Amino acid sequence: MAAKIAYDAVEVGTELPAQVFPVTRADLVRYAGASGDFNPIHWNEKFAKEVGLPDVIAHGMFTMAEAIRVVTDWVGDPGAVLEYGVRFTKPVVVPNDDKGAVIEVGAKVAAKLDDEARTVRVDLLAKSGDQKVLGMSRAVVKLA
Amino acid sequence: MALDQSFVGRTYPATDPYEVGREKIREFAEAVGDANPVYTDPEAAKALGHPDVIAPPTFVFAITFKAAGQVIQDPQLGLDYNRVVHGDQKFAYTRPVRAGDRLTVTSRIESVKSLAGNDVLSVRGEVHDQDGEHVVTAHTTLVARAAEEA
Repeated sequence: MAAKIAYDAVEVGTELPAQVFPVTRADLVRYAGASGDFNPIHWNEKFAKEVGLPDVIAHGMFTMAEAIRVVTDWVGDPGAVLEYGVRFTKPVVVPNDDKGAVIEVGAKVAAKLDDEARTVRVDLLAKSGDQKVLGMSRAVVKLA
Repeated sequence: MALDQSFVGRTYPATDPYEVGREKIREFAEAVGDANPVYTDPEAAKALGHPDVIAPPTFVFAITFKAAGQVIQDPQLGLDYNRVVHGDQKFAYTRPVRAGDRLTVTSRIESVKSLAGNDVLSVRGEVHDQDGEHVVTAHTTLVARAAEEA
């Protein structure tokens, strides 16, 4: 593993560069194919509404995949991520227009866990619209 | 209907190996819009100390969730899959998944709870490579929403 961020260079509260991830219906169809998750709530509006959703929603795992990019882009080597967990609190609703939805992700160093192993805990905040879409979203990362 | 507590601890047989291919990793990385070359370029991966391209952190879910299907569809457990939503997901990695891995998954029911009429099922998937070495553990919590009053 080859993290490009040094353990000694971060402190509790260090912010990672925030990112904004647009998501359209086409992205969801593509993700369905790549992941093998063809649940129609992620591409079929009629079906989504029949099961009580406001509209088509993004795969929770799509949102989870986007959010960790804030960490992997920061640290350089995705292999430096030792743990990653989230709670799916609200769905990302994706309307059928040319804009779709937007997932905004921020993150900061929440704890320096082990001076010898050079591990930190990063807490992520993922929002879509005004809603927090991931809760308890945390990664443990090994720094250089 | 509340799920049977006696299922806690039940372990399901290891899956047949899933062979991780470079092009499948590329397809997944493109689907999440991630251009990190460590996912597509073996030389970029080697420069970071990996023997071949690695997969994005959440890639392995497709494999562990398929394995969890043994649990979800266990007729004895009686989970109503039509009402299931994904509650929590966590991964703990020994190393990243990489091209050439032949991965097997062993699923175990970690807990069965009933919260406000919802069934909450936690499944742990242990992922090992062809040498029997641990790669990642996936913890998946599924929530079967309570059926509406008829």
